[in-house]
Amino acid sequence: MSQRTLPLLIINLGGEMIYILDQRLRAQDENDDKTQRVMNEIVGTMFNKAFLEELLRPQDLYSHRALRTVLTRIAHASIMRLNPASMDKLYDLMTMAFKYQIVLCPRPQDLLLITFNHMDTIKELVKDNPSLVNQINEVQRQLIEVYTPLSDGEFQLIRHTLLVLFQDMQIRVSIFLKEKIQNPNGHFVLQTSGPVPYGFEVPGLIRWFNAKGREVRRTRFPSGGSYTSAVRQGSFDLSGDRVTLLGTNMYSTPTPEEMNPSNTSNRTRKPKQADTTPNPLATEELNLLAKLMGGMEVQKLLNVDAAFKVNLLTLDQDEEGIGISEGTEHQSSRVISIQATQNQLASTELARIAGEFDEGGSPTERHGNKGDDLLAMMDEL
Amino acid sequence: MYHKEKSIQIKSSASALYNNLSILRIAPRCLTYFTVVHANVVNMVSASWDGLNYSHRQLQSKEGNVATSSSLIMQAAWCVLPSRDLLVLTSQKGIQMYESDGSIMVYWHALDTPETPTAKAVFARGIAAVREKYICVGVSSGSVLVFDVPSKGSNITLSEVLEEHKEAITDMASECSGNLECIADLVSADDSGRLCVWKSGEDFQLLNKIPGFDTSCSSVKLWKGTVIAGYGTGQIRLYEGVTGILHAEVNAHARWIYSLDIAPFTGLLISAAEDSWVRVWHLSLAAETNSVEIEHMYNECVTDTQICGAKFCDGDGYAFAVTGYDLSEIIRYTQA
Repeated sequence: MSQRTLPLLIINLGGEMIYILDQRLRAQDENDDKTQRVMNEIVGTMFNKAFLEELLRPQDLYSHRALRTVLTRIAHASIMRLNPASMDKLYDLMTMAFKYQIVLCPRPQDLLLITFNHMDTIKELVKDNPSLVNQINEVQRQLIEVYTPLSDGEFQLIRHTLLVLFQDMQIRVSIFLKEKIQNPNGHFVLQTSGPVPYGFEVPGLIRWFNAKGREVRRTRFPSGGSYTSAVRQGSFDLSGDRVTLLGTNMYSTPTPEEMNPSNTSNRTRKPKQADTTPNPLATEELNLLAKLMGGMEVQKLLNVDAAFKVNLLTLDQDEEGIGISEGTEHQSSRVISIQATQNQLASTELARIAGEFDEGGSPTERHGNKGDDLLAMMDEL
Repeated sequence: MYHKEKSIQIKSSASALYNNLSILRIAPRCLTYFTVVHANVVNMVSASWDGLNYSHRQLQSKEGNVATSSSLIMQAAWCVLPSRDLLVLTSQKGIQMYESDGSIMVYWHALDTPETPTAKAVFARGIAAVREKYICVGVSSGSVLVFDVPSKGSNITLSEVLEEHKEAITDMASECSGNLECIADLVSADDSGRLCVWKSGEDFQLLNKIPGFDTSCSSVKLWKGTVIAGYGTGQIRLYEGVTGILHAEVNAHARWIYSLDIAPFTGLLISAAEDSWVRVWHLSLAAETNSVEIEHMYNECVTDTQICGAKFCDGDGYAFAVTGYDLSEIIRYTQA
């Protein structure tokens, strides 16, 4: 539907990912320098100029498969490593968080405020790095230019496009269940109380007008909910009070248990029909990846110890929570290292991978055979 | 006033789209058909009135010569004409028309889609059957396509393109009271809230252009010459179609309105929004003053649901049905 959805999708999902990784790294007691370095590198990749320009080009949304690949690549832009199972959990968490924000979004244009909340918090996380902050501000200026002229109807189209992508995702997240914003069946709680969105009127009034447009009568009816008048509007400027809390960091003062996304047997994630068709956008998406990788500095992992792994899996029984996996990896939690390489090699390798994708992937590849192949291939570079 | 009945399960959940429920009542066969859009698929259920038999069918969006299409469907609705009923699907790629049971596609109209994607999305949305032989469909450019439909067969032709809207069409409705004396036959609405009122014919005639107030009109109805419009701000406005005079404004919902419907025989109006509320109102026309009365009758909260479709199941408004985003059921209510 909307051709302008991708930038908002990537920035918001990336933002949630950064919140989670930041919280995780602090919980793992990584020293501040290392954490900051990881953050800087991830943020730098996400707000890379060429990358954002590519995203801002009018285009259809990526499939879940391609989206996940791009976000994984961003997550691995630093020396930090996530094993596939952790990446799965991370993806589940960030998609459900963003889905919550889209669903609860009071007016469609508030999607932009949610995006700005993410960007404001990220700027705060990297505030000691002025060039990064400038990079983010530059992106924000572009977003303001592209999105503020859109009407509420056009924003709603963007929102509907996103809602199709997240349709039927009902993963239960501990922190949501605990805060009573998600029901045990996975659906989000929608309050019938509170302030109405900015520009709206509180339900309950009928007004009649004469032919000259003058109000001649008014009556009231019971609205059933307990709504109050709208509060002030959030700021759409480079900085300002966004008013809404959607998109702010809900993990900023967590406990380890809260971070555990509980996957139960009732989770439904129906394969989307679209994923079964050969994806003509696959080459496009991989070209984007090639650009990403081309823009990266060469990083040779000479010393494996320099790389550290983040494990997002918490065993229910293990109150210690997250552990850094050192040498004792199980068969199932293979850690895959990705090395960034120089331009040419990356492009040819990716062209080969693009060929793989054209055959069409299986829809239910959550622990993706395709994904593993791609990552394994990148490993050989 | 109403109580909940047994829901009808559908094969996949409803997508968040305006007016995402269409109902066709087939009295001679004691059946009611329901359609709900899920991404690139339309779920069709046929329910027998005794509640014992349900049969399902799924229709796919079409896309040129591609075998399977991922083109997203914006709306599906039945068009009831004197000679035949057709099921119309509007998508990103074009307009499909089927026989009413969804068995055969009788017509396909492809939209002009640009080679490289443009910033403005391309799609068709807004469906209405007008008088004896017209089916009108809206387009994202603001155009309204008028199709001439023969009493049988597939020789459907595009007879006219109406260009009065500048923004994407959101919904369209034809006069549903059955009163042939009504001058206005069709109302079209767009993303800017503009409403155009038309008289059908060989050449459609624009009777009035009612300006919007900077908010999208997502659902519209036309009954006894009165335009009933639901907006993104949660308000409902009643206009006199031909003159454009505003009769009344209702602060009806706390979120975007997704669906309006009228029961033509009784004047019951149903409105549904993302705020989880379905509200039933009663409209009546005071003949002497030519003014419209609207009275609130009933509220129903569909807990934790962003409602995207709400329609009466019959012309009296004895029963209504509701769909919601991510819900795989059609929830039904009947008068107590």
